[in-house]
Amino acid sequence: MVNRMARKHMGSPLGRAIWLGSAKEGVEHWWRERVTAIGLVPLTLWFVAAIVAHSGSDYATIVAWLKTPFTMLMMVLLLVFLFYHTALGLQVIIEDYVHSAVKIPALVAMRLGCLTCAVVGILAILHTAFAS
Amino acid sequence: MTSSPIEARPQSPNIQIYRPQLTSVLSIANRISGGVLSLAAIGLVVWLIAAAEGPQTYAAVQSTLASTIGRIVLFGVTFAFFLHLCGGIRHLAWDAGYGFELQAIYASGWAVVAASIVLTIAAWIAARFMAW
Repeated sequence: MVNRMARKHMGSPLGRAIWLGSAKEGVEHWWRERVTAIGLVPLTLWFVAAIVAHSGSDYATIVAWLKTPFTMLMMVLLLVFLFYHTALGLQVIIEDYVHSAVKIPALVAMRLGCLTCAVVGILAILHTAFAS
Repeated sequence: MTSSPIEARPQSPNIQIYRPQLTSVLSIANRISGGVLSLAAIGLVVWLIAAAEGPQTYAAVQSTLASTIGRIVLFGVTFAFFLHLCGGIRHLAWDAGYGFELQAIYASGWAVVAASIVLTIAAWIAARFMAW
């Protein structure tokens, strides 16, 4: 029993030897999905509340709001957490439904897309804040 | 090979023969709403680029969002957001070890449905009120 508890992975020793079952990556994925989810609760609620509050705002008002340090901080955090969480979620969807040779290219493309979206979004925020 | 006994064996029942239950419907709804929000996240980046580009680009994006189709899509995204948020909080409670009794599962499930509908409508009423 002690020996069993001391094992850091799920599954039998044979399963581990022939690379079946958890390689501990599943636990890491699970944790990261939860950590980003918890972070996204306040970030997304703040964003939705802010957008609702700015429903009638014109361009100048929106830009002035985007330029404030607090908005920039929250938007950058939102983009990082959002696209990290999106990548983790879409990974599971692809792994569940795509079993052909397309699977690995799809995972690569999805991750590149999420990373690109996050970086482009952050650059857009910085451009709005500092380029005018 | 196609006539081999292994191929001819009955398959395990597929999902479509089961009567939909709140638990299974909310499970797949969480995944679908996550997929919808992935696309909405790209929309968020487009909106940030438009704000960075200038008043003309921003006005074009805003008028697209304000069109009838734009509003229908945004309403759907709002509902997907609150459904994924409330469903996610329900998942976090399960992760912490709470709410696994059958009665609690159904109570939290209906709470997710009710809260998502109420929050979506409340957000849109508040947005309308702010736009005046």
